[in-house]
Amino acid sequence: MTTHTAPKAHTVELAGGEIHILEAGSGPPLLVLHHSTGALGWRPLHEKLAETNRVILPDMPGYSRSTLPEWARDPRDLAILMLQLLRKQGLRDVTLVGLGFGGFVAAEMATMNSDLIGRLVLVGAPGIKPPEGEILDQMLIDHGDYMRMGFRDEKTFQKFFPDLENSDVRSLWEFNRVMTARVCWKPYMFNRRLPPLLPGVEIPTLLVWGEKDRVVPMSIGREYARLLPNAKIEIVKSAGHLVDYEEPEKLARLIQSHAR
Amino acid sequence: MLVGYFTERPYQDPESGFFGATGRSIQDLTLSNADYDSKLGADLYNRYLDEKVYCEEVGFDAIMFNEHHSTPFCMGGVMNVEAAIVAKTTSKVKIVLNGNILPIWDDPLWLAETLATIDMISRGRLVTGWVRGGGRESVAHNAQPPFNWERFQEAHDLVVAAWTRPGPFRWEGEHYDYRYVNPWMRPYQQDPYPLMMVPGIISRNTVAWAARHKYPYVMLSTRLEPTKASFDYYREVAREEGYEAGPEHIGYLWKVHVDETEELAYETGRKFLEGPGNIFLEGSRGVVSPVLQNLPGLTDRNNLLPTGQLGFLASSRGLDQEAAAKSSRARAAQTRAKAVRGAPKATAAPAAPAGPRAGIQAATAASYDEQLANYTITTGTPKTVLPKIRHVLETLRPGSVFFWDGDGAMTHDDTMRSLRLFGSEVLPAVKEMADELGLVGPFERNPMTAPSIAPTKRAAKAPARAKRAPAKR
Amino acid sequence: MLVGYFTERPYQDPKSGLFGATGKDIQDLSLSNIDYDAMLGADLYNRYLDEKVYCEEMGFDAIMFNEHHSTPFCMGGVMNVEAAIVAKTTSKVKIVLNGNILPIWDDPLWLAETLATIDMISRGRLVTGWVRGTGRESVSHNSQPPFNWERFQEAHDLVVAAWTRPGPFRWEGEHYDYRYVNPWMRPYQQDPHPMMMIPGVVSRNTVAWAARHKYPYVMLSTRIEPTKLSFDYYREVAREEGYEAGPEHIGYLWKVHVDETEELAYETGRKFLQGPGNIFLEGSRGVASPVLQNLPGLTDRNNLLPTGQVGFVAASRGRSTSDADYSKPRAAATRAKAVKGAPKAKAPVAKAPAQPPAAAMAASYDEQLANYTIITGTPKTVLPKIRHVLETLRPGSVFFWDGDGAMTHDDTMRSLRLFGSDVLPAVKEMGDELGLISPFDRNPMHAPPIKGGRRAKAPAKKAAAKR
Repeated sequence: MTTHTAPKAHTVELAGGEIHILEAGSGPPLLVLHHSTGALGWRPLHEKLAETNRVILPDMPGYSRSTLPEWARDPRDLAILMLQLLRKQGLRDVTLVGLGFGGFVAAEMATMNSDLIGRLVLVGAPGIKPPEGEILDQMLIDHGDYMRMGFRDEKTFQKFFPDLENSDVRSLWEFNRVMTARVCWKPYMFNRRLPPLLPGVEIPTLLVWGEKDRVVPMSIGREYARLLPNAKIEIVKSAGHLVDYEEPEKLARLIQSHAR
Repeated sequence: MLVGYFTERPYQDPESGFFGATGRSIQDLTLSNADYDSKLGADLYNRYLDEKVYCEEVGFDAIMFNEHHSTPFCMGGVMNVEAAIVAKTTSKVKIVLNGNILPIWDDPLWLAETLATIDMISRGRLVTGWVRGGGRESVAHNAQPPFNWERFQEAHDLVVAAWTRPGPFRWEGEHYDYRYVNPWMRPYQQDPYPLMMVPGIISRNTVAWAARHKYPYVMLSTRLEPTKASFDYYREVAREEGYEAGPEHIGYLWKVHVDETEELAYETGRKFLEGPGNIFLEGSRGVVSPVLQNLPGLTDRNNLLPTGQLGFLASSRGLDQEAAAKSSRARAAQTRAKAVRGAPKATAAPAAPAGPRAGIQAATAASYDEQLANYTITTGTPKTVLPKIRHVLETLRPGSVFFWDGDGAMTHDDTMRSLRLFGSEVLPAVKEMADELGLVGPFERNPMTAPSIAPTKRAAKAPARAKRAPAKR
Repeated sequence: MLVGYFTERPYQDPKSGLFGATGKDIQDLSLSNIDYDAMLGADLYNRYLDEKVYCEEMGFDAIMFNEHHSTPFCMGGVMNVEAAIVAKTTSKVKIVLNGNILPIWDDPLWLAETLATIDMISRGRLVTGWVRGTGRESVSHNSQPPFNWERFQEAHDLVVAAWTRPGPFRWEGEHYDYRYVNPWMRPYQQDPHPMMMIPGVVSRNTVAWAARHKYPYVMLSTRIEPTKLSFDYYREVAREEGYEAGPEHIGYLWKVHVDETEELAYETGRKFLQGPGNIFLEGSRGVASPVLQNLPGLTDRNNLLPTGQVGFVAASRGRSTSDADYSKPRAAATRAKAVKGAPKAKAPVAKAPAQPPAAAMAASYDEQLANYTIITGTPKTVLPKIRHVLETLRPGSVFFWDGDGAMTHDDTMRSLRLFGSDVLPAVKEMGDELGLISPFDRNPMHAPPIKGGRRAKAPAKKAAAKR
């Protein structure tokens, strides 16, 4: 943690808009799709992964600095754009890591084109209507409280966001959830047309769930495990929904042992 | 002049603490309809409907309804039900709907059918206004906030088309698709279609949209100075559009309670601010939910990331807390100034009443007297209210006015006393004033056929006038 | 017994040729609302609404409304508007909606809110029925036919939940999504919710569904024998569910016109089949569009009731779209009937619109008089016929369908007056004598369990519901 790679920032033209990307490391390509709150720059998880892989961290269309595609209405639209990004960048055999909502998009991608994706990692991913429990609805609570619920406890939340009230992070989330509301307002954070396609996805898949996830019920993880033919599930004991914040090294190790 | 009556039809339930001084919070998202007593609801609906008939008897020209969802401050959850009833139980008054919440309809053809039927049954007395709804309404019918304004405009266009274009035709818009629009009904009013009024509080978009369509714009209980400024903006857009907006294009709604004595009027008027009053209005006991006021994309905002955040993201180390804290301190004052936490722009509502409910009594008292002083509430005997009404008419020059009464904690008796005095002593005098001041109502001079004037300089900028332009913010 | 009144509120416009013997075709998809005269519409709506108030005065227990879209045979394009009005302009009658067209609502929470409001304003007099709608309705509100039955069921479940489950709750069904169901209103009737009645003509699915929910099922002007079979099917499902269906569970609607003399009754009754009558009914002048009747996936074709076998229903349900010649729907319908080998080709033979169908219509009218689907006469002569229907079908609710087709306001009022003075009291006596208990005398939803119901086969039942 004392030294870190400085990621390169660049943009890619896609469907008439710009995708902003941070990228570092070398080795087999690894694409990380961010939470619905957006990526907060280059973080310890990415850094750790960059030790073994070429890590590509895009702002998904409509999030943060990437152009908002006015026509998009469904996470599946984002999945299509992200597959176009892979193809445009000439990336194959990619390890695809989706965090939270990014995992939903990643699962959609996997159903469409298994050839470009070598390994799949879904971390606390929604996308399926939970057999038990409900996905926490970020539209009906204060967005700071939504983030707070992503952590295992208040203390950890405070460690990361001690002055959230006045933080720019908060404005970024507020900005980003407009895109979430455009593509994922209803049904909220799942797609009824996704589960029937999952049995056809043979990509080796790692499912990671924080034991104390209060945002996306673990029943969804079990459902993914049941539907995907090559999936295993790892529970991170000490984490809530935001495993990448709370246990970046553990998560990185899990991903690395699964990745190409 | 068109003179109307309005109440929000509060759900007045002493038992459940939604009424009077029980101190129960009526903040959105904190209530359960398990507390709803439908026997009481039956009494209240029938009371409010009967009062409407009495309004006609005492000489009002119009009765106005509004609609809100999942809230006790307004029982008009399906205002069109009430509109249908008064279409049959009254025979002269205009039925003003301010308004149906266009964007929350997934299938707005129902509105075209419903309102055409009501217009026929009333024999052409419907005035059908449109609103965008607040966060409460978007959530109750689960309509996507980011498309609220686009859906408002398209739903309006669809309804007008269903009323004016011979069917069958196909409609394939951005948000609505129909393969066969051919309802077997048409509105009674066909010149060109039922009169519309558009109510609002502060959205410039809506004012401009109303002015472009030549629809009368009604300001809802706003203070006089900003109201005047909004009307000026309407006139400005009208001139850009090539017509001069007159009194028939503007309306004003405010609180007026008349009573038998000055003291009774003062004490009864205080009830405007008691009970389940509209939480958006000054001095209300209710509390606005910051979450609902801040739904993503409900209000217009830049599609560009605010510059402050750009700097933040550019820092390659992501969570650089020191840098974040530094930049946040600079913005702290500005952020704190906002009553609603984290709202990017508080455009949906006027400054919300401050959150904590402590000391509400004192705040309410001060607010009541202040509102009396600034004319947003007028109380008194017929003799004393008339000069105050005159002041409002002279200042704003509206062609339509709506007296908002019988609200908050006011009882049926309070309401009936006021209505009776309105009828015997206030309305005739108000109509005389209006004649004297030349306040022409929209039924005396059709606002939609306002004659053309030489367009102003800005009208030359044709692209800016494209109907859809404001939607594409 | 519950005795109600019904009319479809036809759009009677002599000028546009949609009324009387002008011969104008009123086939669906062939009309434009440019012909609609809103001044006339105003008169007709007010006439029909005023007649409803008179029904109450005459002693009817109930007034029934229905809804159709984009058609002149029924002005109830938004029936709930009429229901709202009579909730305030009447004070005793039950307001029976048969029914709101659930599947065409993209946002059925509006129905929960609207109907709860109406139930309160009426102080608990709402009887809210549900229908699936036909092709006409699916097209008018552009609702996908293949999901019609699923949406019917889910929308119903949502409305009931909104009425009975304390809010707020989330609803994530197959077809409807809500993040916050908590309407600030509840129905007046809460035992457990407003009474429901389910009307139907041909769908076995719907009968079974109604029986499973213990909702009274009302057959709409179907012939006596197949109607009886359908009620038998209801009772059979009821026994499977573990209860015995009684008269409170079944209702019947049919055409009855009473008049001052036998001749006047006969001649006025003929007007049922003139003007813009319901094109689905025997002898109607209207023509059902085979295209609309044959929308992809709208009906489950293997699940028709015995009533569906009657030729005219089969024809009007558009079994003829394999025949490309849509311009001759009647011929096509006739051929389809032949192909299907509809039993008892007693159904009205299709008549070509070009030539006055007087002969065909007369035959049909007399035939319907003979088979009791139309009854006309003086009070004295209609009563034995009504008794025959009551004895045969044993319904706890009956609805007299009158004032329709080409009948004028005067025709309607004469009949209503005679109903009040001479028919209704006698019918109610018959009802008592025959033990025809109404759903308001004995709550159909509280029918006690019986032994020996085949309820054990729960999974099979569930599968059937999924059809």
